[in-house]
Amino acid sequence: MPISNEFFKGFYKENPVFKLALGLCPTLAVSNSLQNAVGMGAAATFVLLCSNVIVSLIRKGVPKKIRIPIYIVIIATFVTIVDLVMAGFAPDLHKSLGIFVPLIVVNCVILGRAEAFAGKNSVAYSFIDGLGMGIGFTFALSAVAVVRELLGSGKLWGFPIMGSGFEPVLLLILPPGAFLTLGLFVGLFNWLDNKRTTA
Amino acid sequence: MELSELFIIALSAIFINNFVLMQFLGICPYIGVSKNMDSALGMGMAVIFVMTMASMVTWLINAFLLQPTTSNIFYLIFSPQEPPDLTYLKTIAFILVIASLVQFVEIVVQKVSPALYKSLGIYLPLITTNCAILGVALLNLEKDFSFIESIIHGISAGIGFTLALVLMAGIRERLELAPVPKPLKGIPIAFLMAGLMSIAFLGFSGLKLN
Repeated sequence: MPISNEFFKGFYKENPVFKLALGLCPTLAVSNSLQNAVGMGAAATFVLLCSNVIVSLIRKGVPKKIRIPIYIVIIATFVTIVDLVMAGFAPDLHKSLGIFVPLIVVNCVILGRAEAFAGKNSVAYSFIDGLGMGIGFTFALSAVAVVRELLGSGKLWGFPIMGSGFEPVLLLILPPGAFLTLGLFVGLFNWLDNKRTTA
Repeated sequence: MELSELFIIALSAIFINNFVLMQFLGICPYIGVSKNMDSALGMGMAVIFVMTMASMVTWLINAFLLQPTTSNIFYLIFSPQEPPDLTYLKTIAFILVIASLVQFVEIVVQKVSPALYKSLGIYLPLITTNCAILGVALLNLEKDFSFIESIIHGISAGIGFTLALVLMAGIRERLELAPVPKPLKGIPIAFLMAGLMSIAFLGFSGLKLN
């Protein structure tokens, strides 16, 4: 498979959130504004890139039986780095993401890629895979966030753009809105798929 | 510490800040294991058990290994100038503790009660990557709970998770027979149901608790 496919599969064909149903907790929790979504996406992409590269580098020396604990330690190390850097340079973002920054450790997208891809493929491919999947994850988060922020508060990236006559749908900013929006998005992707295969 | 305080912690963890429907922790098992009632109950019991254990163990780890106090074990052993502040290691320490705790619980349950192991066994390995467990440990730390408060919070967070999971399983068993539009079958409709349940739970946030 050409290396560009590894990059682009994360966007649509194997989108971690809409297609593989991985990493759902952060998708639901931080998609109440576009800023949070992009911040979370960037943090997860960084961790995914680094862990994919390291896992791929050491894949020949890792005993099969204890590979999962080793992967978790690698991931936790990078998550700690992100946590500290974010607390230092973007304290507002760090505060609004809350416990979901340390919880990147248990984001199944990252462990899933380590197990399913980086543990079996070369460093270059794993790097591209991590980048593609990370951007795909960020794209999914942002898509949900745009809908929720735009309709829920009439703003985008914190700027009001819907005009004064717009009555915001408060429900979308609240927790139920996350479930409803993500459900409809997954449904939309299924529908697009069906159309493609039948056409 | 008053009993009423503990009651408030329990009530708010079960209903007002329900882990699944309000805080989005543990969504993967919530969607994955809610297809039938038996497995939902099994998963729920396993989560309550592990959450309680994890709350206890991570509280002790935090108090005696990570926090820079004079009762820090490293301080007592190596007696440096001042107590070391190891709180930046909390993510790594907690996830390792939880992973080994789950493994340990699995071995003990298998030896002590094969019947229980048969019903919980397959769910235990899944729990390591359940973000609700690490989430409860981190929330205990964030809210500065005492040892007893942490345990209560752990148990009730588990009960809240089980409640949401069992309710969902009940709905999804009936949903099997419903005429759902084809693109919405499976995961999307589960999310929409969760959204409606979340609206119902939103009503609890009107409770005044003091």
